[in-house]
Amino acid sequence: MFERIRRVVIKEFIQLFRDRRMKAIVFVIPLLQLVVFGYAVTTDVNDIRTAIYDLDRSAESRELFNRLGASGYFSIRHSVESPAEIRELLDRGTITAAIQINQGFSADIKRKQQAEIQVLVDGTDSNTATVALDYVNRIILKYAKDLGTPGISAHSSPMPVQGGIGLNTLAWYNPELKSKNYNVPGVIAFVIMLTCLLLTSMAVVREREIGTMEQLMVTPLRPVELILGKTIPFAMIGFFDMLLVTGAAYLKFDIPMKGSFALLIASTAIYLLSVLGMGLFISTISKTQQQALMATFLFYVPAVLLSGFMFPIENMPEVIQYGTYLNPLRYFLVIIRGIFLKGNGIGILWPQALSLLVIGLAVITISSLRFKKRMG
Amino acid sequence: MKLLRIKAVAKKELLQIWRDPLSLAMAFLMPVMLLFIFGYAITLDVNRIRTIVYDLDKSSLSRELIDKFSASGYFIVVDHVTGQKEIDRYLDSGKALAAISIPSDFSEKIRSGRNAPLQVIVDGSDSNTATIALGYASAISEIFSQRLEGNRITPVIDPRLRVWYNPELKSRNFIIPGLIAVIMAVIAALLTSLTVAREWERGTMEQLIATPIKTPELILGKLLPYFMIGFIDVILSVLLAAFLFGVPLKGSVFLLMALSGVFLFGGLSLGILISIVAKSQLVASQVSMVATFLPAFLLSGFMYAISNMPEALQVISYVIPARYFVTILKGIFLKGSTLSLLVTETTLLIVFGLLVFGLANRKFKKRIA
Repeated sequence: MFERIRRVVIKEFIQLFRDRRMKAIVFVIPLLQLVVFGYAVTTDVNDIRTAIYDLDRSAESRELFNRLGASGYFSIRHSVESPAEIRELLDRGTITAAIQINQGFSADIKRKQQAEIQVLVDGTDSNTATVALDYVNRIILKYAKDLGTPGISAHSSPMPVQGGIGLNTLAWYNPELKSKNYNVPGVIAFVIMLTCLLLTSMAVVREREIGTMEQLMVTPLRPVELILGKTIPFAMIGFFDMLLVTGAAYLKFDIPMKGSFALLIASTAIYLLSVLGMGLFISTISKTQQQALMATFLFYVPAVLLSGFMFPIENMPEVIQYGTYLNPLRYFLVIIRGIFLKGNGIGILWPQALSLLVIGLAVITISSLRFKKRMG
Repeated sequence: MKLLRIKAVAKKELLQIWRDPLSLAMAFLMPVMLLFIFGYAITLDVNRIRTIVYDLDKSSLSRELIDKFSASGYFIVVDHVTGQKEIDRYLDSGKALAAISIPSDFSEKIRSGRNAPLQVIVDGSDSNTATIALGYASAISEIFSQRLEGNRITPVIDPRLRVWYNPELKSRNFIIPGLIAVIMAVIAALLTSLTVAREWERGTMEQLIATPIKTPELILGKLLPYFMIGFIDVILSVLLAAFLFGVPLKGSVFLLMALSGVFLFGGLSLGILISIVAKSQLVASQVSMVATFLPAFLLSGFMYAISNMPEALQVISYVIPARYFVTILKGIFLKGSTLSLLVTETTLLIVFGLLVFGLANRKFKKRIA
């Protein structure tokens, strides 16, 4: 039995890598995803392109603009002369925010009256807009507080605001709130899913499309052996990609790897059960590689979007929240993040690992049964 | 170039599509599914953050503050804990994403007019949620302390904040127009990336080569039916966006359709080019995923602002056609942009389409020879 499985595995590898470009693809896909997720997918908001419209032209207004610019969140690109210019710049998307200070701003401050400023943001990107408004608010509040205690020199200790709350915030596991620490470990899950799923489903369907499946069926190969022989090569590619991403994350992206490496390997193995099982399943419902490609895509995209990676699961409608319990990615992402960033052990991650194992076994059993039936 | 021969290839391709109803169904299911997921299932808004409270003060003031947190809707208090260790456990296991810790002298300090410390801990492993959660926490405590201060200190500056184009900051309005662009980029590649490779793999290419057909005729003939499918997908997506999801369509529908056609031509040509170069369906499928899906999703500015990316990636994003189409669709939908505002994007899309189409022609000729 093992000899026969070995033969299929060897045949599969030869077939896969006979096209030399495939070797490059196995390397390039994970690395490309790493670069994109490590650098591009950043939800950190800074250097918001800002225009200023200063009608007051006072020391106070200049000071406020300086503070906005010095914060690093706003990069002041334009100083405009009319509201029409603001409109034009926002319409063209040249700027994301505009801050206008009306005449009388400094006079109001000196008379200790409410002084007004206007902040306009482009809301088409609601995430950036929310964060930008929050930054403006904080900077203005700080400035207002500083103005409220005039006469204190830099040497004297600042007077505590009476009866206020001193908010002290901490972000655990990722103190600088870098999005790459969150994204890069996730790449392991995505790369394995996309590459292995697509390769498995298409490799099986190809035999059928070209007609070589007939040849395989007249060999003494048993269905179980064929299934194993067809999936083992892609499992190996999955492990290879995992190691590649982990190495790059550690060496190039400075992502801390706090947990155990053995646990990472073990959980990857469990995760591969679901991925390869799903690939086999797609191969049983597709007649052509075109169908396999589209079916893979129809499975992959919801799995990624409903995994809680980019969009919090708590905010989804309840029905869909229940649906996500069937999504292997959901569990694997928690495991990976736990291992990398929190240093979690199996003591904490066992519920996710167990769920993943149950889903994996179920999927691979159902697919294998279907596969056998289609062969018989 | 003869129209008759193009028509013949188009007809053959159309028949092939028609006899594969599963693929055709999936081509129409794809945009509907993606729109539903983005329209109903997911949102970028952060709320209902699972929070635990460690209240050592147990005073009316501390309870009031906690009420303010849960009443905001952004935080859901899932448990009250009685020790620092429990906070560790909750955050480690991911059962809570935030912890509010109130020291025992909280109310006493406030009553005696001193600064009372309040600690908010968030799970930073999801940096985006954490940033937003901390913003909420600081706003809530700011409001709370202003209320405590009463009229003793009036804020000197009153910021008037206004949001243009998307006043309620709905992430749906921002996402769906861009999403249509991404859908089109992906569909275009999925549809055509296998068409030529398939002919090679099955051996039917020999037959095509034996006919008097010329390269541009063959490529155009193969493009046409998929162009139709892609266009139906555009119409479907725009209808769903406007009527089901209520995304305001401020600009001209005609302009939207015309520019979608331009984009589709480029996207489908890219798929064909991949197919011609790859010659094997396995390779073509992997390449088309990497060349279209990933960049369209992540580098087009659809969800992640391009201006936040490192310079090198910003430069790369200039050659990704989805980037221009995202700008075009967002502009037409949300800002009511006219062609004069979108001239640059449109020109670049046309250039991209012609370039890729030309390249596909050149590459294909070589193979026949």
